[in-house]
Amino acid sequence: MSEYHLQEIPVGPYKHLVSERAVSGETMLLNMGPQHPSTHGVLRLLLELDGEVIINCIPDIGYLHTGIEKNMEAKTYLKAEVMTDRLDYMNNMGNNLAYVMAVEKLVDLEVPPRAQALRVILTELQRISSHLVWLGTSGLDLAAMSVFLYCFREREIILDIFEMVSGQRMMVTYFRPGGVWRDVPVEFEAAVRNFIKIFPKRIDEYEALLTKNPLWLDRMVGIGKLDAATALQNGVTGPMLRACGVNWDLRKTRPYAGYEQYDFNVPVETKGDTYARYIVRVQELRESLKIVEQALNKLPMGPVRSDNRKFVPPPRSEIGTSMEALIHHFKLWTEGFVAPKASIYSAVESPRGELGVYLEGDGGPKPYRVHWRTPSFDNLSVISKIVKGHLVADLIAILASTDIVLGDIDR
Amino acid sequence: MDTRLEKIVKVLQEKAGATYEEFRGEVHVFINVGQIVDALTFLRDEHQFSLLSAMTAVDYWPQENPRFHIIYQLTSLTQNLSIQLRVPVNGSQLKVPTATRVFEVANWREREIMDMFGIEFEDHPDPRRILMPEDWEGHPLRKDYPLGYEEPQFTFNFDEIDVRKPYAKE
Repeated sequence: MSEYHLQEIPVGPYKHLVSERAVSGETMLLNMGPQHPSTHGVLRLLLELDGEVIINCIPDIGYLHTGIEKNMEAKTYLKAEVMTDRLDYMNNMGNNLAYVMAVEKLVDLEVPPRAQALRVILTELQRISSHLVWLGTSGLDLAAMSVFLYCFREREIILDIFEMVSGQRMMVTYFRPGGVWRDVPVEFEAAVRNFIKIFPKRIDEYEALLTKNPLWLDRMVGIGKLDAATALQNGVTGPMLRACGVNWDLRKTRPYAGYEQYDFNVPVETKGDTYARYIVRVQELRESLKIVEQALNKLPMGPVRSDNRKFVPPPRSEIGTSMEALIHHFKLWTEGFVAPKASIYSAVESPRGELGVYLEGDGGPKPYRVHWRTPSFDNLSVISKIVKGHLVADLIAILASTDIVLGDIDR
Repeated sequence: MDTRLEKIVKVLQEKAGATYEEFRGEVHVFINVGQIVDALTFLRDEHQFSLLSAMTAVDYWPQENPRFHIIYQLTSLTQNLSIQLRVPVNGSQLKVPTATRVFEVANWREREIMDMFGIEFEDHPDPRRILMPEDWEGHPLRKDYPLGYEEPQFTFNFDEIDVRKPYAKE
C-alpha cells in the first residue's frame, strides 16, 4: 500500500499558467479527473484553488486520442467514413453528414432529393438525441436524477429508429457519398410520426421539472458568463455562441442538404450564462422536431443514391446481369474512387457547433489529409476563461452547459 | 469569386504579395510566413473576419520546399464570407509566428499543430503538447511517421508472432 499515496502536483510545468500565489504555495493545485463522473468522459482539469474559489483552470486533454485523422489517411474514402462515427459518439449521423458532404464537394457528386430529405430527418433526430443526453447528464450533475431517466427514455425511441434504418444504434455509417446506404424500411414513417406525436409533451415535462425550478435557477443563472466578443475570439460556436446573442447557425446562413426549404427559428439568448445555454438547447429540441415533421411531410419519392457509377456502387440486382456493374462494384470495393488533387473545407452545424472537415485529395483513392474542426475542442478551450472566480460546484454546472464530448475533442 | 472577396484578395496581393487559387467556390490565398500575422490582423479589423474557424497543417513530405502548409480558415459572420489563408513552411525553417494575439483560439490549435507536426510557433504563450503524452517522441501526423499495424497471426506462425506481440501476457 505504501507506494500508492497522494501526490502533490508540482508547479514546475504549469508555472506560466498559474498565479504567483500558486508558486509561493498560497493557493492549492488540485486535479479534477480524468476519472470524474461530471467531466463527461476522460478530461482532466487542473484547478488552482483558493479555498473553494477557482483562480485558474487548466484543461488537459488527449486521454481519448485515437489518431482518427492519421487512420483516415490510410483508408479509401468509403472505408474512412466508418471512423467518423467514432469521433463525436453523440452525433454519429451528423459526423457522417459532415464527411460525406466534404467528399461530395471534393469529387463534385450530386445527391438525389430523397436522400437529402432523409439526411435532414435523421440528422435532426440525432440532434434531439444529443441534446437529450446533454439535458439528462446536466441534470445528473446538478442532482436532478429523474430528468436523466426521462431523457434516456426518449433517446431510446430515436436509437430504435436508427437501428431500424441502419442496423446500428450508434455507429450507423448510414449516409454514404452520393446518398444513403439504402432506402428506409416501410415502418420508418410510422415510427417517426409516433415520436413527433409524443415528444412535444415530453419537452413540456422536462421544462416543468427544470425551467422554473428554484434549485435549477440557483445553480445556473449568472454562472459562467460569456460575452460574444470573447466567444468569437475563442472560436466558440453552436448553442454556446447563440446563448451570447450571436445569431449564427450554418443551417440558416449557409444552407446545406436542403435546409433552406424548411421553416424553423434559430433560438438566440443574450445573457450568455449557463441558464441561457440551457434555454437555447431546450428550444432547439422543439425547432428540430419542427424540421423533422416538415421534412417527413414532403419526403419525395425516388432514388436514395446517385447513379454516378464512378462513385456509387451499383445495386445488387444489376450485378447479376450487367458486366459493367460488376466491374464498377469490384473497382469501388477494392481500389475505391479517386478524388482530384485539391482541398476543400466543408462545415455543418452539429449539436455542438461548427463541425468542419478539411479534406485534401492527392489524385489517388485515399484522402491525403483529413482534419476535423470539432466544435467541442474550441468550446472547451474557453472554459478556463469563464470559470475564474466561481466555486468548484459551479464548474460542474459550467462544464455541463458546454456540452463537450471528449471523443470529439481528442479525435 | 464573390466581388467582396475579390477586393480583399486584391489588397492582400498588393500588400503582402499573395497569390491565390480557386476551387469549388473556395478561395485559398497563399501568404509568406513573415506576413501572416499582419494579414490576419488586417482581415479581422478591416473586413470583420472575426472567427478563425479552423487552423491546421498539411505535410507534403518528401517535398522539402515547402514541406508544410499551415491553413487558416477564416469566417466573417457579418458578411457571411469565408477565406482560407495558406502559409508554406520550409522543412529547414520550421518556425511560424504565433497568431494567438490576433485570435485566442489559435492557442490550442497551434499547440495541436506543434504536437502533431512539430512546427514551432514563436512566442506561443503555452508551448506544451496537447493531445499526445508529454514524453512522446515524434510527431504523428507527419507523413514520415509510420501508422503502425498489428501482425496477423495464422495457424502456422501463431506462436512465433505471439512471442513478440506487444500485449499484456499472463
